[in-house]
Amino acid sequence: MSIDTDTARKVAKLARIRVDEADLPKLAQELSGILGFMEQLSEVDVTGIEPMTSVTPMRLKRREDVVTDGNIQAAILKNAPDAREGFFAVPKVVE
Amino acid sequence: MSANSWTIAAARDALRKGEISAVDLTMSCLAAMDAGDALNAYVHKTPELALEQARAADARLAAGEAPAMCGIPLGMKDLFAVKGVPTQAGSNILRGFKPEYDSTVTTKLFGAGAVMLGKLNMDEFAMGSSNESSCYGPAVNPWKIDDRQLTPGGSSGGSAAAVAADLCLAATGTDTGGSIRQPAAFCGITGIKPTYGRVSRWGIVAYASSLDQAGPMTKSVRDAAIMLGAMAGHDPKDSTSADLAVPDFEAALTGDIRGQVIGIPTEYRLDGMPAEMAAIWDRGIEMMRDAGAEIREISLPHTKYALPTYYVIAPAEASSNLARYDGVRYGHRAKLAQGDGITEMYEKTRAEGFGAEVQRRIMTGTYVLSAGFYDAYYNRARKVRALIKRDFEQAFAAGVHAILAPATPSSAFGIGEQGGSDPVEMYLNDVFTVTLNLAGLPGVSVPVGLDQKGLPMGLQLIGRPWEEGALLNHAYVLESAAGFVAKPNNWW
Repeated sequence: MSIDTDTARKVAKLARIRVDEADLPKLAQELSGILGFMEQLSEVDVTGIEPMTSVTPMRLKRREDVVTDGNIQAAILKNAPDAREGFFAVPKVVE
Repeated sequence: MSANSWTIAAARDALRKGEISAVDLTMSCLAAMDAGDALNAYVHKTPELALEQARAADARLAAGEAPAMCGIPLGMKDLFAVKGVPTQAGSNILRGFKPEYDSTVTTKLFGAGAVMLGKLNMDEFAMGSSNESSCYGPAVNPWKIDDRQLTPGGSSGGSAAAVAADLCLAATGTDTGGSIRQPAAFCGITGIKPTYGRVSRWGIVAYASSLDQAGPMTKSVRDAAIMLGAMAGHDPKDSTSADLAVPDFEAALTGDIRGQVIGIPTEYRLDGMPAEMAAIWDRGIEMMRDAGAEIREISLPHTKYALPTYYVIAPAEASSNLARYDGVRYGHRAKLAQGDGITEMYEKTRAEGFGAEVQRRIMTGTYVLSAGFYDAYYNRARKVRALIKRDFEQAFAAGVHAILAPATPSSAFGIGEQGGSDPVEMYLNDVFTVTLNLAGLPGVSVPVGLDQKGLPMGLQLIGRPWEEGALLNHAYVLESAAGFVAKPNNWW
């Protein structure tokens, strides 16, 4: 499977990573190389095999549905690049 | 021998007998740490915290109730959240981030009285096999044979370099595809990746959650047993952490493996394996046989598909895990131009904050999870993963107790020598280690000898799930038989 520059542009957009137009051909080439390496998987007979969901057989534990945490607004905002009036601040989202 | 070069076991005994104080032991390590800057192993030093913890450890020792790790100076991989201490996962996108909480592993270690000297260098978000993708620049292997600087391996490269150069007594590492075992082998130290679920992942910056496990990187197998005991255990904050009792791993080191069956996987004899690596593997087999183990050739037929499986699953999980770095809650946010909206903020922040390899893996993961390719890549990889795990289950069901294999395809290589033009070249370093992560199994890398160039080479033992004690006993036998005592010359 070869990745063209249009696909590379689309993947970068989905991943929310800005890639300059001039860098797209190189990205497409690198991704093609990596995906080419993965092509080997198509040789494997996987008929009747379930995709793995958990590497160690385990059941998720349950606990009482009670509040165990909270009242730490200042700690949560402490590392924010822009926090105002008790909230995370971001550029305008709604026109 | 100055105290910074001691093992955990030796230091524990000396501390308990009062032959040294935790403060003096810590001072010895801090001096070594400061003299080791050329190795670029430590990226955030915490001497004040270390001395405070050492004084507290001395008080506990004086009270006569000190656990094994009490007063032991450690280096901490930059992936572990430590309250108030920079935790960047080797990435610019987390520049300035100081967690408001501690990881479960550091909480356990500090609760046991351990001392933290500082945070250790690593590949960005643990993605790499040479420590070259770090935002701090590469850590350097203390082993040196010519004018080149060699890589300590990765991603726990700073941890391996610091332990090998005696800049601490031991260090934490994490292993998603070999990131404890490969650097341990490159630097001539011991490292164990426990069974998936043995150690809590809570508070460890996530790379690929179904593969990540933390473990100790140490100067001996006994130290690995002691430190693993302090790191392991059930944690309600990690839903994948196993609710199992933690056995006394050190007590399992009996040195008796008579009658145990050691499997030798045919598929690991790769074409083009260096003759010296094949020879050291054969020597390891002889050592286990001499100790009374039964050697049995086994087949793990899906081995060759482990790397491509890993490089679908790990990037897929990474693309999801790393979506949280968006410039809103922590870390870097790009400067925005007039009129930029939130999408531009995400895209510019992530382009500036993530390095090239991390960007590649996020985008690879995005692609294999995208509509139209999910079945062809991601679901297929999860099926092959089930087959890889079944290979091991069949070997164990047939009576194999442990499997002996190389840890790495070569000894340490020079910084800048691999992966420059083709990222896949670097991925091949994980060929012997990724299979265990995919199968969730424990594995330990033990230094066995030097190659003709004078660089350490390690062998890897793979164990049954939850049987780290038995696995470490096998490693202990290999360590005793190999008698590896070489140390790098101090050039730094």
